Amino acid sequence: MRRLVTDTLITAERNIVRLPRQPDLLAAFTIQPIMFALLFVYVFGGAIDTPGYDNYKDFLIPGIIVQNIAFGGFVTAMGLAEDLNKGLIDRFRSLPMARSALLAGRTFSDIATNMLSMAILVVTGLIIGFSFDASIGELVTGVLLMVLFGYAFSWVFAFLGMLVSTPEAANSLGFMLVFPLTFISSAFVPPDTLPDALRWFAEVNPFTVVVDEMRELWVGKSGGSLWQAVAWSLGIIAVFAPLAVWRYRRTAER
Amino acid sequence: MPITAAIPHAQPVNSSTSPPPRGEPAISVTGLVKTYGDVRAVDGIDFEVAPGTVLGLLGPNGAGKTTAVRVLTTLQAPDEGEIRVAGIDAVREPARLREQIGLAGQYASVDESLTGAENLVMVGRLYGMKRSEAKPRAAELLERFSLSDAADRVVKKYSGGMRRRLDLAAALVANPPVLFLDEPTTGLDPRSRLDLWAMIEDLVGEGTTVLLTTQYLDEADRLADDIAVIDHGKVIAQGTPAELKSRVGGERLEVKLEDPAQRPQAVQALAALSDEEPVVEGDTVTLAVRQRTGTIVDAVARLGAAGVGVEDIGLRTPTMDDVFLSLTGRVAETEMDDEEEAAA
Repeated sequence: MRRLVTDTLITAERNIVRLPRQPDLLAAFTIQPIMFALLFVYVFGGAIDTPGYDNYKDFLIPGIIVQNIAFGGFVTAMGLAEDLNKGLIDRFRSLPMARSALLAGRTFSDIATNMLSMAILVVTGLIIGFSFDASIGELVTGVLLMVLFGYAFSWVFAFLGMLVSTPEAANSLGFMLVFPLTFISSAFVPPDTLPDALRWFAEVNPFTVVVDEMRELWVGKSGGSLWQAVAWSLGIIAVFAPLAVWRYRRTAER
Repeated sequence: MPITAAIPHAQPVNSSTSPPPRGEPAISVTGLVKTYGDVRAVDGIDFEVAPGTVLGLLGPNGAGKTTAVRVLTTLQAPDEGEIRVAGIDAVREPARLREQIGLAGQYASVDESLTGAENLVMVGRLYGMKRSEAKPRAAELLERFSLSDAADRVVKKYSGGMRRRLDLAAALVANPPVLFLDEPTTGLDPRSRLDLWAMIEDLVGEGTTVLLTTQYLDEADRLADDIAVIDHGKVIAQGTPAELKSRVGGERLEVKLEDPAQRPQAVQALAALSDEEPVVEGDTVTLAVRQRTGTIVDAVARLGAAGVGVEDIGLRTPTMDDVFLSLTGRVAETEMDDEEEAAA
């Protein structure tokens, strides 16, 4: 167990050291979120009516943070696909390390990158006029919820990353599957403006549950449910962590 | 009197302790089978490697060499058979076995986005070293493999030869007694190959046991104490390079024809000199001859009688290429032959 913790930290450290050396990856969770936030606020913002909110920024920022946090896991997907592709997994598996540390280290280092992109979005939001309506406790609960939800999606992406053989394919698969999920939710528009089928989907979508809870915590709007948001996150981990481990064993042992 | 009597008694005791008893082999494999669906990639192989020696697994692409290495290094579980490496059972105690081995792969498996030093420190720590132990070890290995100048450069900027050296260094971080090298020089330029060979020879000189896979006959010939020729997942021949060469028969007679069109006549004329089918390649006919004395005179007479013009004729001792050809019925990969000759 001690071995698992040390080895997880060693591989997580490796992932973080690598990041600044992969400019395209770094841009994906620093510049890209800023770009999306600005585009939504200034391009769509004027056309989207958000009853109950002073402005679209207060509506959007929690939503776009949740979307970004969910996508943070793509670093795991691409990293795993690359390691498998280049034979690095074999090197690791020939070492007397805890084998599960490789997956654990991957998902663990995502927490750091997720925090970074969340901080960037919050700062961007504050600059363009987003304002918190939250106690310190609610603020911290929101951050912790994002850590948990982001961690859950790291496992989804870990699984997806090992379904395909190249980092590029991992990236586009994740994009195709997760992107629509985030849009058919309350993240960018109020769900009651959607056509019936989509609205029904948006209302049960875990993204809606988590986004609504983030709005309750950070901008003081009712309608969220902390326990549901946490339950969804834990549920996703419960399903996708074993799937990822199973897939990892299968792929690596081939 | 008691003194002289003591000496003959003492001797047997000494002789049984001072020269170390021939211990357990560093690697022993019995009845190893690994299948993928219907394909028997490794189909019942046995071999042993004595400590401090090199076994070369020689075979063409797809013969099962890499699969054998993957199973021996616990990357995959065998379907059947017993594997012991450094006295440890690979199936029962894979984790302990991994502490005793180093693996350098066909595809240089180092992290391209880390520097050479970072790669080695990380591997050291994953072997269980403290950071403070792993750092000097990394520096020492970088020095040894002439990578000190590139220590703080990301591997992406390394040449192919540098990557292989780093990969080998990574396998050596924990000073493992047993080293597995899967096609260590495939794709390297001749100069880098020679460098790597010398480094492997140094390691063996220090007592490391090496299992090496290769498709290059000259590599097996130069590095291996023992060679197991593997084809279609089976060991089809095993022995020292010299034994294998002698098994192929004695001298080869090589006849270069003036006119390649006369090959059939030449083959027919020479057939009586050999127990094997002559091999024809371009304008050259080669055959294993039964004896040395008088063969050339005999051959020239036979060719003359058949009206075959000879440009050159000579005898040579068999090479690993002949071994390979006679065992597998295929000519070995020859993509690097020209450079090898230039380098040698």
